[in-house]
Amino acid sequence: MAVLARAETSLPGWVVDRIEEAARRESNPLAESQLEAILENVAIAAQDQIPICQDTGFPVFHLVLGRDASLPFDLREAVADGVRRATDEVPLRPNAVDPLTRINTDDNTGPGMPDLILDLVDGDALRITAFPKGAGSENMSLLAMLNPADDPLEFVLETIVERGGMACPPLFVGVGIGGTFDLAPRLARRALLEMSGSSEAKLERDLLARINDLGIGPMGLGGDTTALGVKILTACCHTASLPVAVNLQCWANRSASATVGDNGWNID
Amino acid sequence: MEHRLKTPLTVDDVRNLCAGDLVWISGTIYTARDKVHALLRTEGRLPVDLNGAVLYHCGPLIRDDLVISAGPTTSSRMARYTKEVVDKGVKAIIGKGGISEASEHLRSQAVYLAYPGGCGALASRHLKVIDVHLAVLGMAEALWVFEAEEFGPLVVAMDSLGRDLYQEARLSAEANLRSRRS
Repeated sequence: MAVLARAETSLPGWVVDRIEEAARRESNPLAESQLEAILENVAIAAQDQIPICQDTGFPVFHLVLGRDASLPFDLREAVADGVRRATDEVPLRPNAVDPLTRINTDDNTGPGMPDLILDLVDGDALRITAFPKGAGSENMSLLAMLNPADDPLEFVLETIVERGGMACPPLFVGVGIGGTFDLAPRLARRALLEMSGSSEAKLERDLLARINDLGIGPMGLGGDTTALGVKILTACCHTASLPVAVNLQCWANRSASATVGDNGWNID
Repeated sequence: MEHRLKTPLTVDDVRNLCAGDLVWISGTIYTARDKVHALLRTEGRLPVDLNGAVLYHCGPLIRDDLVISAGPTTSSRMARYTKEVVDKGVKAIIGKGGISEASEHLRSQAVYLAYPGGCGALASRHLKVIDVHLAVLGMAEALWVFEAEEFGPLVVAMDSLGRDLYQEARLSAEANLRSRRS
């Protein structure tokens, strides 16, 4: 609950740093006005302890569990309970609907929601990261089963030209290349989760520069700043395949983490 | 150029706005997203008068009739209903991402204003709840009546003369992609 509340109301420091840096560099006055509004918005959300964006997102959690930890309770139900409490207390907008009837569950939980991504590691601690994902950027994300002769990075650029302006840029771009029909999007999601303030690899830096060269700009209105970060994860694929997934994330790259161990809860 | 406008808007208000101008709006604005638009299509009417109205593509977060967070939603989902809302008298549509596929329906009649996406907390300081209609549709989908005070900065992204900043950015990006390929 606390970790989701933190993610909804304040951005990681490195994300704010990148927006501030972009605002300083931006040469298009209209684009600069959008970045300044974003920075004012982030400051108000932190000050008033209210959600940064009214789309408080689809609750995604990354759980890194020590193999020696003992969990005498249902982990999925515990996380769902935290989501229900956060929905009531932060508050969050009730976003979960049945895909066919479109009836809202009113508490942001239901089949498949929250989504848990689980990793097992050495040790006995549990690390939990809340990663609420807004629909605006999620709807613009895309998967393609390319011909192995195609250039996967070209597909990333085309996706951003056609769809990036509607995903609330400046964007964070998670790219998954290889694997299968379902593994490529999981890699792209993980790329967003793993993105941090540390510097990118050369391939990622070059792709970021190419994306910003497109001039889509903040909110798709034109400008120098289209993306603030790129991460690419790859996996082997079948010799006849080339799956590529682009998971777009809006400027509000919300996440917060906590570690649960012998000393109780520790929010980063 | 900067404009401060009060609702309801007139055709003259709208024709004075050029792509790239900044606008701050005060007065009544109505939220409407997927379900309200679908209802307008099937019923032919809404419970509010849209003549001179400002429509906001927004699914707000509200608690005890207070606006907690109320940024724009992606307008392209509602683009298919643009002719209907403009025919009902809507003079300005606020949203994010634009409605390029429907720009012909704005021509000489209405403008599209971009509010910075994701800036729900900033919006909460300039919007008050006056009323709600169609609450049965749920918090995000209901038709909220807001009193706006200096709500902005709104960018005139698509003006009544047919200029469309999204289309311009997209075309220039496509040209950039092609030139790198050849």
